[in-house]
Amino acid sequence: MTKITPQIVAEHGLAPDEYEHVLAIMGREPNLTELGIFSVMWSEHCSYKSSRIHLKKLPTKGPQVICGPGENAGVVDIGDGLAAIFKMESHNHPSYIEPYQGAATGVGGILRDVFTMGARPIAILDPLRFGSPEHPKTKHLVSGVVAGIGGYGNCMGIPNVGGECTFHSAYDGNILVNAMTVGIAHTDKIFYSAAAGIGNPVVYVGSKTGRDGIHGATMASAEFDEKSEEKRPTVQVGDPFVEKLLLEACLELMAGDAIVAIQDMGAAGLTSSSVEMASKGGVGLELILDNVPQRETHMTAYEMMLSESQERMLMILKPGREDAARAIFEKWGLDFAVIGQVTDTGHLVLKHRGEVVGDIPVAPLTDDAPLYDRPWVPTPKQAKVLAADVPAANDLGATLIKMLGTPDLCSKRWIVEQYDHLVGGDTIVRPGGDAAVVRVRDHATKGLALTTDCTPRYCFADPVEGGKQAVVETYRNITATGGLPLAITDCMNFGNPQRPNIMGQFVGAVEGISAACIALDYPVVSGNVSLYNETMGTGVQPTPAIGGIGLLEDYTRSASIRFKATSETILLVGETEGWLGASIYLRDIAGREDGAPPPVDLAAEKRNGDFVRGLIRHGEVVTCHDVSDGGLLVAIAEMALAGGIGATLATPETPVPLHAFWFGEDQGRYLMTVPVDRVESIVDQAKAAGVPLQVIGTTGGDSISVDGAHKAGIADLRAEYEGWLPRYMAN
Amino acid sequence: MKAAVVVFPGSNRERDVALALKRASYTNPAYVWHGDTELPAGTDLVVLPGGFSYGDYLRCGAMASLSPVMRAVKDHAARGGYVIGICNGFQILAETGLVPGVLMRNASLRFVCRDVHLKVETTNSAYTGGYQPGQVIRVPVAHAEGNYFADGETLNRLEGEDRVAFRYCTEAGEITPEASPNGAIRNIAGVLNEKRNVLGMMPHPENMTEAVVGGTDGAILFDSLAKALA
Repeated sequence: MTKITPQIVAEHGLAPDEYEHVLAIMGREPNLTELGIFSVMWSEHCSYKSSRIHLKKLPTKGPQVICGPGENAGVVDIGDGLAAIFKMESHNHPSYIEPYQGAATGVGGILRDVFTMGARPIAILDPLRFGSPEHPKTKHLVSGVVAGIGGYGNCMGIPNVGGECTFHSAYDGNILVNAMTVGIAHTDKIFYSAAAGIGNPVVYVGSKTGRDGIHGATMASAEFDEKSEEKRPTVQVGDPFVEKLLLEACLELMAGDAIVAIQDMGAAGLTSSSVEMASKGGVGLELILDNVPQRETHMTAYEMMLSESQERMLMILKPGREDAARAIFEKWGLDFAVIGQVTDTGHLVLKHRGEVVGDIPVAPLTDDAPLYDRPWVPTPKQAKVLAADVPAANDLGATLIKMLGTPDLCSKRWIVEQYDHLVGGDTIVRPGGDAAVVRVRDHATKGLALTTDCTPRYCFADPVEGGKQAVVETYRNITATGGLPLAITDCMNFGNPQRPNIMGQFVGAVEGISAACIALDYPVVSGNVSLYNETMGTGVQPTPAIGGIGLLEDYTRSASIRFKATSETILLVGETEGWLGASIYLRDIAGREDGAPPPVDLAAEKRNGDFVRGLIRHGEVVTCHDVSDGGLLVAIAEMALAGGIGATLATPETPVPLHAFWFGEDQGRYLMTVPVDRVESIVDQAKAAGVPLQVIGTTGGDSISVDGAHKAGIADLRAEYEGWLPRYMAN
Repeated sequence: MKAAVVVFPGSNRERDVALALKRASYTNPAYVWHGDTELPAGTDLVVLPGGFSYGDYLRCGAMASLSPVMRAVKDHAARGGYVIGICNGFQILAETGLVPGVLMRNASLRFVCRDVHLKVETTNSAYTGGYQPGQVIRVPVAHAEGNYFADGETLNRLEGEDRVAFRYCTEAGEITPEASPNGAIRNIAGVLNEKRNVLGMMPHPENMTEAVVGGTDGAILFDSLAKALA
C-alpha cells in the first residue's frame, strides 16, 4: 500500500492542518483512495470552504421557492402544478485549458443538474468573459468555447436563448465560461438526492467510467501557472448524444415511481454523488466497484472514485424495480448496473476485487469539511467622476457609431447563430434583446423570461454596488419583456480567496446581491462559486453572474426591444443624472477605467419596474428596453437596429451635459414606445405612481438624430454593430 | 391524414413537427421507434425529423439510413406513400438514396441557426401546393451540414423535372450566394424525388407555424399536406 507522505498530501491540495483532521476522523492513516476522496470533497469546488460562511447571508426563501440552494438545482413554483428548475455553473478552468470540451461539458453538467430533478430542460444561457481581443489566445478561446457550447446544446436539442459576451484584459489568463439551464417539471414529480431505505439498490446509469477528468475538482480549486496547459488530461470529454439518451431514459423512468433518490455525477464523479446522497439521507452506502461499468481495463478504485467521465447518474431504486428500470436504459442503449446498496452503517464502504478498499464515515466527511473565515478587506471606494471632467463628444452620432463597434457593445450574432435557439418551437422572444421569452410546455398561456447579467467593471470598482447592479439588471431585463421576476441563481467568479482584497470583493458582492434580492423579493435558489480564477497572481474582475427567471402569465402579452412602428413616441422611465463613472463611454471613448459605478436605488428599481411591467401586462406597451451598458443612446440604437426604424430625439431640459445625458449609465431606467394618442394617459399613470417619465423623441426615418445636430444613419450603425465580431473572428 | 414521426436516438425536433402536423390536421401523429420494422397501418405520411440521429457520428444520417425502420420507410415511399425529411431527416433521405445529392459541411464550417428566405420553386407537390409559384417565404435553418451538393447532370435533371422545391434567396427573392446560409449548390434548400412523393429539405417549416413565434409561412406546407392527404 502507498505510504501517505506530506508530498502526496500536498499534491492532493490538502493543507497540513486539513490532513491532521483527516487523521482524526479516520483514526488511522487513510489509504490513497480515501485520501483522494477527502481531497475532492474538501476542495474549494466541492466544499465551498472559503465562501460558505458568507453565502449564508443570501436570502433564499419566499412563497415561490419550493427548493433553495443545496440540491442539484433550485426549484420555483410557477403555478398550476408546474415548477421551474434552474441553476448556473462555471466551467472556467477546463475551458481555458481545452476550450471546446471544457465549454461543452460545462453545458452537459448543468443540463444534468436540472434533469436529475425531474425537469425537462427548456433553455440554456451562457455568460462568457474573454481576455482582451488583442491577446494572442483570445480568438482561439472564443472559437472553441462557442463551438463547444453549440456542439453540446444543439445536439441535445435544448434552445440556447441568452447570455453575454464581453472582453477585458483581466480575463487574459482566466476566461469565464458559465452556463445556466432552466427546466420545467410538475411539482408532484420533483426528484431529490437523499438516499433512503436500508438495502435499496444503488444503481449506476449512463456512460462507462474512464480515466478522464481525474482530479478536475482539485484542478478547479487552484490558481493557474505557466504550466497550466499540462493539466489538459484533467479536462473531461463530452458526448452530447449519450446525454440526450440519458435525458430521455431518465425522464421515462421518472414518469413511474421506481426512483427513491437520484444524483448526477458531476465534479468529483462517483465520490461526490455517493457521498452527497448518503450524507443527505443520513445513511451509509456500500459500493462494489467491480460492478461499475468501465471504459478501460485495470482501473483502480482510486481512478474509478475520482474519474469525472461525463453523462453518468447514480440512483437509489425501490427494491424489486431494477428489471423494469434496466429495460428502459437498455432500450436507450445505456449502461445500467447495480453497484451497491444502502446501509445503516453511516459509512461509505468501497469493495474491489473482494477487498475493502475504502471505509470512510460519511457525516464527518461532509459536516466537518473545512470552513474558513478568510481575512478580507473592503474594496476602497472610488471617487465620483464628474461629467464636466470627461471630454464631451463633439458629434454624438459619430460617437454612437464608434461605441456600437466596440467589442462589448457590438452584436453577438456571430455567437447566437451558432446556437440552435429555436428548437422546441417555444422561443417567443429570441436572444439579442433583454430577456428571452420561452413558452412553458404543458401550459396554454405561461411563459418564462430568462436572462443572465453582470457588469464586471462596476463590480471591480465597487463590489457592493456592482453586486446589486447585477441583480437589478436581470430584474429590469425580465421586466422589460413583461415578466415578473421570481428568483435568481448566482455564479460567483472570483480570484484567489486567500488574498484579503479578493475575499473583500467576494464579501462585498454577496452583500450587494443580498440587499437587492431582499428589496425586490427575488431570492437566490441555487448557485455556484468559482474561486482561484487567477494566473500568476492576477485575478479576474469580480464577476458574480446572475441568472434570473421571471414569469409571464400570458406569453402573448410580452414586449420586445424592436421598434415596431414609425411615429411612435419614445418615453424614458427613470432619472438621468448623467453617471459616467465606470461607464463604457469613459472606458472606450475617453480611455479611462476609473470612478465609482452608478449607484443602485433599489426602491426606484422596484417602483419603476412595477410600473413598466404593469403597462406591458395590460397590453399598453409592446416595445420596451432597459437602459444599461452604453447608456440611453446605445439602447435607442439597439431598438432602432432591431426594428430597422430610426428615431428623432430631443434632449429634454436638463443641467446634465449632452454626452453624460446620452451615454451615462444611470440605473433604474427603461425606454418604451407608444402611439401618440396613448402618451397622455401613460404620463398621467406615471405621475400617479411617482415614476419619473420623459418624452425624448419619435420613431421613424433611417437615422438616429439628436437635437437636429447629431446624426447616425441606421446603415452605418448596423455596419459597425454587426461588423466587429465577424471581422475579428475572420482575421 | 395519418402521419408517423420516426424517432431515432438523438432526434430532437420530433415534437416540433408533430405539433405542426397537429395544428394543420387536428390529429396527433404517431411516434415510431427507430427499432420498429413496421409503420402503423394506414400511414399516409412519414416524417424523418431534425436532430442528431445516432449522434451524427460517422456521417450525418449514415447510421440512421441503415436502422430497422428505414426499410419500412423505403417500402412506403416505393408504394407512393409520402415521406418528408427535414434537416437531419433530409440527410437521412440523401444517405438512403430516396432523394439525390449529399449534404456537406456548411461552407462557413460553423453551425448556423437563423431565419432564411426561401423561394418556392414548384407548387407541383403535395407539400408545396398551398404556396404561390415563386412565393418568398421566411423559415429558420439550424444545421452544421446543410451544404447541398450533386453533380451537374443530376442538378440539371432535378431542374428539368421541376424537382427543386425550395431555394435560398434574399427577402426580395433573388437567388444570390450571400442568401444561402450554407453554400448549397445553386442555392438548393429542398428537393423532391422523381415521383414527387418524397421531399427532403434543410430548413424547418415546423418552427414557423404560429405568429407568436415569428411567422406562419411554414404552416402552409403542413396545411398543403393535410389538404392533399385528407
